[in-house]
Amino acid sequence: MPVPTPTPAEDDIAARLRSRPRRFEAFIRWTLFLAAALSIFTTIGIVYELGRESLNFFTRQLWEDTNKQLAAAVGPTDTVLPVTRSGAALHPDDTIRVEEEVMRVLAVEPTALTVARGQQGTPATAHAAGLDIYRGTRVSLVEFFTGTQWAPQIGKFGMLPLLNATLIVTAIAMIVALPLGLGIAIYLSEYASDRARRLLKPTLEILAGVPTVVYGYFALTLVTPLLRAIFGKDVVEVYNMASAGIVIGILVIPLVSSMSEDALSAVPQSLRHAAYALGATKLETALQVVVPAAFSGIAAAFIVAISRAIGETMIVALAAGAGPNFTFNPFEAAETITGHIVRISSGDLSYDSIDYNSIFALGLVLFFMTLTLNIISQRVVRKFRQVYD
Amino acid sequence: MKTNGAEDLFQPNLPRRHRIGRWGLILFQISTLVGIVVLTALVLNVLNRTFGYVAMTYQVPPEALSINGIPVERLHPLDLAYLLRQHLPPDLLARLESEGPLEQRDRRELLDLLTTKVMRPKVLETWTLAQSLFCRQAIQTRVARLYPDARLVFRSWLTPEFLTRPQSSRPEFAGVRTAVLGSLWVVAITIAFAFPIGVGTAIYLEEYAKGKDTWVNRIIQTNINNLAGVPSIIYGILGLAIFVRALAPLTSGAIFGLVPEGATANGRTILSAGLTLGLLILPIIIINSQEAIRAVPKSLRLASYALGATQWQTIWHHVLPSAMPGILTGTILAMSRAIGETAPLIVVGASTFITVDPTGPFSKFTTLPIQIYQWTARPQDVFRHLAAAAIIVLLVMLLALNATAIILRNRYAKRRG
Repeated sequence: MPVPTPTPAEDDIAARLRSRPRRFEAFIRWTLFLAAALSIFTTIGIVYELGRESLNFFTRQLWEDTNKQLAAAVGPTDTVLPVTRSGAALHPDDTIRVEEEVMRVLAVEPTALTVARGQQGTPATAHAAGLDIYRGTRVSLVEFFTGTQWAPQIGKFGMLPLLNATLIVTAIAMIVALPLGLGIAIYLSEYASDRARRLLKPTLEILAGVPTVVYGYFALTLVTPLLRAIFGKDVVEVYNMASAGIVIGILVIPLVSSMSEDALSAVPQSLRHAAYALGATKLETALQVVVPAAFSGIAAAFIVAISRAIGETMIVALAAGAGPNFTFNPFEAAETITGHIVRISSGDLSYDSIDYNSIFALGLVLFFMTLTLNIISQRVVRKFRQVYD
Repeated sequence: MKTNGAEDLFQPNLPRRHRIGRWGLILFQISTLVGIVVLTALVLNVLNRTFGYVAMTYQVPPEALSINGIPVERLHPLDLAYLLRQHLPPDLLARLESEGPLEQRDRRELLDLLTTKVMRPKVLETWTLAQSLFCRQAIQTRVARLYPDARLVFRSWLTPEFLTRPQSSRPEFAGVRTAVLGSLWVVAITIAFAFPIGVGTAIYLEEYAKGKDTWVNRIIQTNINNLAGVPSIIYGILGLAIFVRALAPLTSGAIFGLVPEGATANGRTILSAGLTLGLLILPIIIINSQEAIRAVPKSLRLASYALGATQWQTIWHHVLPSAMPGILTGTILAMSRAIGETAPLIVVGASTFITVDPTGPFSKFTTLPIQIYQWTARPQDVFRHLAAAAIIVLLVMLLALNATAIILRNRYAKRRG
């Protein structure tokens, strides 16, 4: 049968259909791709900005008072400085500063320093006796991760107190959230009637939707007085890690229960029926058959909950206290990483101060901690997931 | 046929296993009960501080301002204006008159002026609702002993004046107007920024990138999933570095010449806050929209292609309208999240004390959650009451938003049949 040849009118329509939409389609496609690419730029932006300011933080020159003073006046060209015996010991190659002039130490004796004058572009000038000598230091990575004191005014930048507080608060939150969340999930997926489920799921959604600042208020005005009434006013401080931890746990319960319930519901009924057929009770089926089968999803839920608790800010800012404190007692006040970031940035912040840089260094640590946890949770799901057909 | 050995092993153990099973059920039910108990405790705790007895003194008591026995709250605006003229110092009167004649003002405004400038109440001590209901005698004896000149009033901290007054350092006069307006402005910019980009990204990932499993598309998807889990304060830090600092000319309005002479161009504006929150909720909108678009049946697309439509025509006229309820629900949930966010906005630089209403994207701002945070952080008891009232305002806003989401979802679902 011969193919009918298109009429001129059809040719015209065909030509119009071909040309215009294609260019428009390409334009739309590229616009949408750019929108999608913005998300990549966000991550790049986070890593770049955090990294750059953290670099500033670690390369910034700090001046530490050595408690040594100039024992006598010196002129602009003197290379030997008489100094007092007191104060910290100096070493060759140390950088020191007197007034505005930076010098490098070449040789050290008990009462005299041989120095190279006018370093780092500062002019060599005369200095009077009795002036303080400052030593140049930087925040080293080692000090940052292992130092146990965070006191910017005296140049101490060890983040262990902040990290410790974060971990203790998270641990308390997990003690609250994991059993309760898993219990709720098992109840919802194995036991609950339709009516119970219709009442419970909205309740959990409401709990999940409450803003964290309201939870912080709750921690400060109800949980802390409760703890103080139970354990005594002299045991529990007004600001303490325990009440922040408990409330973060409550905040995280809906997350744990919904993710765990999804995992439990995904386990096919055939497994449960097989267990019942062998004579198992409902509890035995739930705990020994269904939960292990849903293990990957439940583990992922736990890890995501930990990540959420680590990143929580407002509850600790309101209830856990201000001021870093390295302690293992949960009833004491301590500041977490996030609480510290918020406190520092809510004051007056000059863009070149070391406080400003420290926010970024701490933020970088926080970012990598949560990112690692999230990646681990995705890997856990992929690796341990049992596939049923 | 009896298998003796097995049955003897099986039977005695059975009651114990059933008993353990019952205990297990009770444990799980208790867990669930804890969730409900906590939610109730939270709401009751907030309500507890929203109402209660207050011991207060007045500089000029309201009774002194009643005319012919009519209490001041029920006076006619002309009478209120007359009282103001009688009691206000002349310079204040002149300033008020320059803004507009007193007699033409709204009654509520005049009453507010009388309260704040003439009567000047001062709060001495406050009590919660529970205390007010159950320890009334004790409170009355205490007030009689400590504050002989004060009067004991039962009041609600959540009043219409609370909603219309701006921020103030005196708890008696404080209101949330600046905070609510700030929140609304910020959320408006957030949605204007995040909705088109989020839905666009979702369309790209679900329609154009499907089947082309290139490394770029896989990276984009993984990246979005990871971004959804980043703590909100990190977005605040990012916003501080990029929008407040690096893009300060843009976000402060300097580029558009909007910075008044002599003032420093500061990037801590509503625009920065809106963009920061926009980045924060972008992954949420993307993921929810993706799910909504994925739920559109393939047959719909194929039918459209069969009729000769291009890809974009199919998307715009068929896929999007079909996925819109899901997309809108996800967007409204993201909006609720944005309204409640505090930490990123503190880092981006919400003002700690601001009494002027925000006038546009380049204004300084404060938001409702930040106001709640500031009031809660104050040591005085009075501010806890204000915080409780503000929390109720916030929760009502969120409730309205979520109810809208549910209504929209049901209406669209019904239309689709």
